[in-house]
Amino acid sequence: MTEIKAKTTARILMITAALPFVLAGHILSAQKENSASATKDNSVYAELAKAPKKAAARRNPLERDPDAASVGRKLFERHCAECHGEDAEGGRKAPSLRAEEVRQATPGTLFWILTNGVVRRGMPVWSKLPEPQRWQLVSYLKSLPPAEKSPQ
Amino acid sequence: MINSPFPKIGFLLSILVLAAFALPAQAQESPYIVAYDHYLEEPGSLEVEYFSTFATQRNGNDFHAFWAEFEYGATAWWTTELYLDGQTTFNDSTIFTGFRWENRLRLLQQEHFINPVFYFEYEQINGADKIMKEVEGHDVESDHAVPNALARREHNHELEFKLLLSKTFKGWNVAENTLAAKNVTGGHPWEFGYALGASRPLALKASANRCSFCRENFIAGVEMYGALGDRHSFGLHDTSHYLAPVVAWNLPSGWTLRLSPGFGLNDNSHRFLLRWGVAREFSGFGATLGRLLGGRKQ
Repeated sequence: MTEIKAKTTARILMITAALPFVLAGHILSAQKENSASATKDNSVYAELAKAPKKAAARRNPLERDPDAASVGRKLFERHCAECHGEDAEGGRKAPSLRAEEVRQATPGTLFWILTNGVVRRGMPVWSKLPEPQRWQLVSYLKSLPPAEKSPQ
Repeated sequence: MINSPFPKIGFLLSILVLAAFALPAQAQESPYIVAYDHYLEEPGSLEVEYFSTFATQRNGNDFHAFWAEFEYGATAWWTTELYLDGQTTFNDSTIFTGFRWENRLRLLQQEHFINPVFYFEYEQINGADKIMKEVEGHDVESDHAVPNALARREHNHELEFKLLLSKTFKGWNVAENTLAAKNVTGGHPWEFGYALGASRPLALKASANRCSFCRENFIAGVEMYGALGDRHSFGLHDTSHYLAPVVAWNLPSGWTLRLSPGFGLNDNSHRFLLRWGVAREFSGFGATLGRLLGGRKQ
């Protein structure tokens, strides 16, 4: 009985000792995974087309709110700039939100992406932000100028 | 081995040094202390948290249990956490009581009517652990009246599984957690417990000002948690239950403060618990660690 107990404990300790290495390996692969979805990977914008028609057709209830875009910028700096960059031009982990694909997307599509995230590609769901705040973020995104073209 | 503080201090220092290279980030943290909603840590971010629980104790000494929590977003669908537990029992002693390694996996890619998250945890704690991060089996107040010197002799290796269900609608979050746990040392039966939570930000629209005291920075709610017996005697008899208002204050500086007075709902429960916590999230922790471990160059 004591022997079985000792073996069980030894197994648990071995698994516990191995876990940091498994985690470190996963972090490294997650970094590579994230890099694939970063600024230059245009396939990430295909996610926009996945918004259901009904969701894409939703109108921004705050589109006539003159403060919505500026408040949205405050929220963007707080929650999004870390990945998408200070000016939404894309960052180490996430694509530009000033790309033509995003500019052409309907407010409903952007709201749907914010709500559902793109979990497989590293973008978390943001439904924890109340709906009005997500619409304020959409107002800001729709107010962004196009991306500056990089010199050839 | 478990009582030696040195490996833990080294580990803490390593985490803090790495976190110093990462940037403080600002998230919208839930106010729950026991219950979980379905939101995971942002990928690559590390949240460092400290929590305290003060509890009154009948037929024994009141105590202050505390834990440090390191919560890392490995991916957008997997969050992993390490807990280091300790406690001070008044008129007795202060001791380290063990560690926990917790994982939460998001089961569905998108938001649904109800969002399930699978939770599993391995705990290596001693019998003096009093953080009450969950209440299970036939946990009752009198368990905590045992002197530390005696209680710490009991060593537990426990596996814990939870199904976290959560929904956010019109600003309200409602969460339900079901728990099953088994102490793998000895012939202990499976034990069960639950946690329920509901919360809402004080304002749904963000204000134009950059302010610490804006209503949208506060999230208030209530949680209820307790035990459901074990495999041999499932039910509410000889179990303890608590009801606790909760409030979180998400500061623009990246800090989150939580406060929760809790009240025992039956004679098996502590009469009063006061829990509080402070947390700070650091973005870019994963990238820093990846670089140190020889990952890609930025």
